[in-house]
Amino acid sequence: MNIIVCVKRVPDSESRISAAGDGISVDTRGVKFVLNPYDEYAVEAALRLKEAKQGTVTVMTLGGEESKETLRTALAMGADQAVLLKGKPSIDGLGTAEKLAEGIRAREYDLILFGKQAIDDDNLQVPAMVAELLGLPCATVVVELQVEDGKVTAKREVEGGDETYEFELPAVVAAQKGLNEPRYASLKGIMMAKKKPLEEIDVGDAESRLEVIEVMNPAERTAGEIVGEGPDAVPLLIKKLREEAKVL
Amino acid sequence: MSVFAFAEQRGGALRGATLETVTAARRLADELGADVTAIALGPSGLAGELEKLGRYGADQVLFAGSEQLADYAPEAYAQLLADAAKANGAKALLFPASAMGKDLAPRVAARLGAGLASDVTELSVADGRITAVRPAYAGKVFVRVGFKSEPALISLRPRAMTAEESPREVQVSELGIDLDSGARRTRVKMAAGKKKERPDVAEAEVIVSGGRGMQGPEQWKLLEELADALGPGTALGASRAVVDAGWRPHSEQVGQTGKVVAPPLYFAIGISGAIQHLAGMRTARCIVAVNKDAEAPIFKIANYGIVGDLFQIVPRLTEEIRKAQSGD
Ligand SMILES: Cc1cc2nc3c(=O)[nH]c(=O)nc-3n(C[C@H](O)[C@H](O)[C@H](O)COP(=O)(O)OP(=O)(O)OC[C@H]3O[C@@H](n4cnc5c(N)ncnc54)[C@H](O)[C@@H]3O)c2cc1C
Ligand SMILES: Nc1ncnc2c1ncn2[C@@H]1O[C@H](COP(=O)(O)O)[C@@H](O)[C@H]1O
Repeated sequence: MNIIVCVKRVPDSESRISAAGDGISVDTRGVKFVLNPYDEYAVEAALRLKEAKQGTVTVMTLGGEESKETLRTALAMGADQAVLLKGKPSIDGLGTAEKLAEGIRAREYDLILFGKQAIDDDNLQVPAMVAELLGLPCATVVVELQVEDGKVTAKREVEGGDETYEFELPAVVAAQKGLNEPRYASLKGIMMAKKKPLEEIDVGDAESRLEVIEVMNPAERTAGEIVGEGPDAVPLLIKKLREEAKVL
Repeated sequence: MSVFAFAEQRGGALRGATLETVTAARRLADELGADVTAIALGPSGLAGELEKLGRYGADQVLFAGSEQLADYAPEAYAQLLADAAKANGAKALLFPASAMGKDLAPRVAARLGAGLASDVTELSVADGRITAVRPAYAGKVFVRVGFKSEPALISLRPRAMTAEESPREVQVSELGIDLDSGARRTRVKMAAGKKKERPDVAEAEVIVSGGRGMQGPEQWKLLEELADALGPGTALGASRAVVDAGWRPHSEQVGQTGKVVAPPLYFAIGISGAIQHLAGMRTARCIVAVNKDAEAPIFKIANYGIVGDLFQIVPRLTEEIRKAQSGD
């Protein structure tokens, strides 16, 4: 089985991020970049399928030179080969999806895996868009996955329950936390990753259908109110959370 | 000119988030001088619910009622929405950023070749152009975006806007169901919920954090029940005191040496509010503190506080939230 996993380089989730001085970009100075955590679940799922059923695992990214490090991380986990589509991702998901779909179309694949969401733009768009562009069935935000005899069963969580999707390969699946426990790269894996093939293709920048007008920091905080004392204050708190703060 | 709203249903009933979506579409349409078209896909029995869409501001409803649309059918839904938006020259198309909306909106965007702004918290119009504000980097920043393509596709963060009535006589027209061959590749089965793993604090919609005031790891049952009542997007967090004591894992620690989080809603239970803790959660949109000490620094940044014994307050909170959520 040939599996392609799309991965992205993103700032570590614990890093401090704020609006840059120009007001239209994000200040990522001093930030550590990592393989998008949801993409780790996707890489792990691919490796497990490969271990069970043979085949190859190809990791692919759209990004700059610096994204090679991200690809090497996935190779160190155990992927066989990597493809760097050199170009800038789009602000919305569609331009990126178009570039990835092009890159995928040029290869053989049975299954294409994604993370459910990149933790920089938090778009949650690219996997379903790639599926549409390639005309493939797709399940997003998947917490359980089985692939048997060319059939995919994928479970995802929805409000108040679970949805189970069934479709045939070739297909697209996007991983949510809980799908598996991603392995750590071993020292041997890291050494081997340096020798694995990494193909580089200039694809140009993706088209953005959105434009950034302003990047803002969240508002500073001031003291709120003490709603009351003891458990009897709870109903008033709930009312305020619903009607004033609108968070329930 | 029309602003479209996707009317999400489950089990033949419109979902609460749908009314928020129609409300947002109404406001947008008023600013643009447009009308509002709701698109409802579902079982034929959904017909009885459609009047509600008019109550919240829809001028017309395009309705495809069929048993094959009763459950979410990704390809069929995407095709019907994209075709209808195209045929009617929709100016914008709004979705709730629910589990269904988050899956469906990108599919429709790909079919229309149009830009999608996800999880939008604020919409406005300036010089006839729609702009949307959305969180990025887990809410550490907010980005205002404009659209370079039409229709403007938008998914709205649930609860970011409140549903408001704006009643009118709604016109319902049937939407033809002429599906492509690829439209039924995916079979979807819905099953009622069971217990699930919680999200990570860094990506949760709601965080329930406990501090030394909890008195011991066995008391976390109280916070777990509260988290369950708040729903599947809820994570458990902890102060460093609690992590250092070995009551909770480091992955749950919020603060300077833990995780920096910015959820829409953060509960600080029995946490004093040391500066290092605040560094990790002060950008939460709404902070609720429960502490027996009225002078605790956490109250200086909390939006809402209750002073008193958490062992009495938390169970009541769980009970009332359960009641409030089931009314949805
Ligand atoms: C370099 C450095 C880095 C640090 N990084 C972090 C960090 O990342 N995250 C972090 O959290 N801390 C961090 N700290 C520690 C921080 O300074 C505090 O010590 C810690 O946050 C205190 O945890 P707490 O609020 O749970 O405990 P306490 O300060 O002991 O507060 C317990 C609170 O519970 C209340 N309480 C007790 N019983 C009840 C009851 N029955 N009902 C209601 N309320 C009750 C008390 O009134 C009190 O306010 C760091 C410290 C240093 C020096
Ligand atoms: N530039 C990119 N290169 C490769 N994969 C990407 C890229 N951007 C997003 N993805 C994939 O799409 C998923 C969802 O991303 P997003 O839609 O941006 O939240 C990610 O978890 C990745 O698997």
